[in-house]
Amino acid sequence: MKTTIKRMTAATLTSLLLAGTAMAEDVRLMWYSDGVEGEVIADLLDRFMAENPDINVILDNVAYQVIKEQLPISLAAGEGPDIARVTDIKALAEHWLDMRPYLSDAAYWETNFGDKADWMRPDGSDAITGFMTQLTLTGGFANATLFEQAGVALPGEGATWDEWVEASAQVAASQGSAAAFAIDRSGHRISGPNISYGGNYIGADGLPAPIDEGTKAFVTKLVEWTNEGKNLKDVWVSASGSTYRAAADDFINAQIPFYYSGSWQVANLSTKIGDGFDWVATGTPCGTESCSGLAGGAALVAVKYTQQPEAVARVMEYLAREDVVKEFSERTLFLPAHKGVVEAGGLNFVTEDPNVAAALAKFVSASAEVAPNAAALPAWKWASAYYGALASRISQAMAGEMSLDDAFARMDADIKEQVDQAQ
Amino acid sequence: MRSDVKTWIGAGVTAPVRLLAQMADVPLRQWQRLAGRGGMIGFFLLPNMLIFGVFVLVPLGINFAYSVTGGTAVFLPDRSYVGGANFDRLLDCTNHFDPNSCRDDVFWIAVWNTVRFVGLQVTAMTICAMITALILNSKIRARAFWRAVFFFPVLLSPVVVGLIWRWILQRQGLLNYLLYQFDAEQVNWLTERGWAFTAAVGVSVWAHVGFYALILLAGLQAIPRDLYEAAEMDGTKPARAFWRITLPLLWPNLLVVIVLSLIRAVQVFDEVYVLTGGGPGTSTLYLTQYIYEVGFASTLRNSGVASAASLLMGGVLVVLTLLQLGLTRWRDRK
Repeated sequence: MKTTIKRMTAATLTSLLLAGTAMAEDVRLMWYSDGVEGEVIADLLDRFMAENPDINVILDNVAYQVIKEQLPISLAAGEGPDIARVTDIKALAEHWLDMRPYLSDAAYWETNFGDKADWMRPDGSDAITGFMTQLTLTGGFANATLFEQAGVALPGEGATWDEWVEASAQVAASQGSAAAFAIDRSGHRISGPNISYGGNYIGADGLPAPIDEGTKAFVTKLVEWTNEGKNLKDVWVSASGSTYRAAADDFINAQIPFYYSGSWQVANLSTKIGDGFDWVATGTPCGTESCSGLAGGAALVAVKYTQQPEAVARVMEYLAREDVVKEFSERTLFLPAHKGVVEAGGLNFVTEDPNVAAALAKFVSASAEVAPNAAALPAWKWASAYYGALASRISQAMAGEMSLDDAFARMDADIKEQVDQAQ
Repeated sequence: MRSDVKTWIGAGVTAPVRLLAQMADVPLRQWQRLAGRGGMIGFFLLPNMLIFGVFVLVPLGINFAYSVTGGTAVFLPDRSYVGGANFDRLLDCTNHFDPNSCRDDVFWIAVWNTVRFVGLQVTAMTICAMITALILNSKIRARAFWRAVFFFPVLLSPVVVGLIWRWILQRQGLLNYLLYQFDAEQVNWLTERGWAFTAAVGVSVWAHVGFYALILLAGLQAIPRDLYEAAEMDGTKPARAFWRITLPLLWPNLLVVIVLSLIRAVQVFDEVYVLTGGGPGTSTLYLTQYIYEVGFASTLRNSGVASAASLLMGGVLVVLTLLQLGLTRWRDRK
């Protein structure tokens, strides 16, 4: 009899529990990962759901290409997830939800994330649409072990691109590397160097300016270095259009002594290189005008097509909490964008890799070098159009399909075509 | 006893079908009385026509509608009417043979790349399929096994095909490893323009040759053996027998192979996209990838231009299909 009563009680409780789950609001979160952040966010969300059983967060881990190519189409069709982690935050700003009416403390968001709020809302708006999961800065990494084995000194502070490429070429020749260096195939990635040579993308009217002498100067060097075999040809030449290609694996496999990418690679390099060799972050080599990287990052934004904005705001408030941001940054090795966390300091990055702390410190110090022209780009809506034209035409010039002059003319035409189409 | 069981199982299996047929019989008879024979034909064709309409004709119409609109909006009502501007952009050239003289140079690069790819791939495919079919039709050991081996790539997903060959051909791939083992000079197969194009053609042939060889093999097996025996008795050499007996009698199958591979080559995308990404530069960028990149992959997607390009490509495919129909009818008349 007792057993029967126990069974009935268990069945009733299970039914109630299942009913509770069924009643929980589903919130879909679309997420991509560069390193270990997918596991960290899953862990954080499990804790959120344990505290908030009325909300069921479904984490969709997708490839970055899905975020870049498929999500914009869903958004344009008025669909998509409830929350998404994106990098193209300004160009898609019209699709983000203004969470102000649903937040319990909007002032907290303004205080801690306000300085980057313009990056993710339409021009002139005061909407609170999300927060940066991490701040990033483009910059270089050097394989210190290869430099040491080659007997070549790492170029010091203020070293130019020419000096870095020359030193890396000596290392490559000595160690039999595939090339001296590589830069990710992306218009974004070469924009810091372009600006370091005096480039400026933004015209006086806020629309794209024609390709100027500064941009031409670095692009010309990049194409020449590719033709000379110093820049790893595989990355830029082996694709067409604006397809993104990273060169991280070539650096991880010690195929190149110098790699220009960004701070988001720190966790990836630490995890995959392990104690294979010593590596250091170098900041951005200098051009004629500055030594500027390009700031940016990934943002977690609420999507305005959500059917449950209150639940979305609760998830976002949890993930934006100071202690949660701190833990997320410490475990993912990302630079936090939360003012309170930055000011409090004392971040205890979870790693035993001695290269990581030094690399992150280097990126923090390099962030002071960001030129005004570069600082303006993350909040500029035409940046993506500019980046796409740069990547596709530069690789055609590298492949020998067109002269650099033709490539520059085509870049201007491509950008104009895109602006005309979008206006 | 065994026969009884079989009958019993057969009856059990067919019973529901018979029941359904009996249930449908009365209303269908009524309908036939009302609609006549012609009406019944329409009735049975209706489901197929409905599916064809929903999944082919309606998208075709939508595609046409998009091709005369501009802007970045997804929904048609939100897009502005631009007339033939998208076609103008694609076709605006001083010299169509020189993509650099065209307003949309990448479109014309893709067009001429596709023409070159089709010419080389279809030729290589037909020759390879013919040789494969002839070998598989001869008396070789483990013939069934070899037939399966040659057909196997057809079963693979194009993405898998692209990835496998990428691992073989990339700078640090299997092929360069083998060359290194033999102290031979390594080649960057996927970043040298000529080699990348050859690789795209070669991989495409490798992936599909089994299918076309199967069509030719069926044709070879339908040729009466006594023709060869008679030719042999007359002292005809094998090469002459091939030109005088095999090729003429295999012509219908060969025609199917040429036209099908032609249509498929014009639509090339997946395996080459995975293998080369359209590079180096744009040397393996074909029409379908151009449409994909303009319509989906670029940040500011241009559905209007992508739709216009796909209509132009559709026009080429219609011409090729009509060519196939014309040749088939001409052959039937002969």
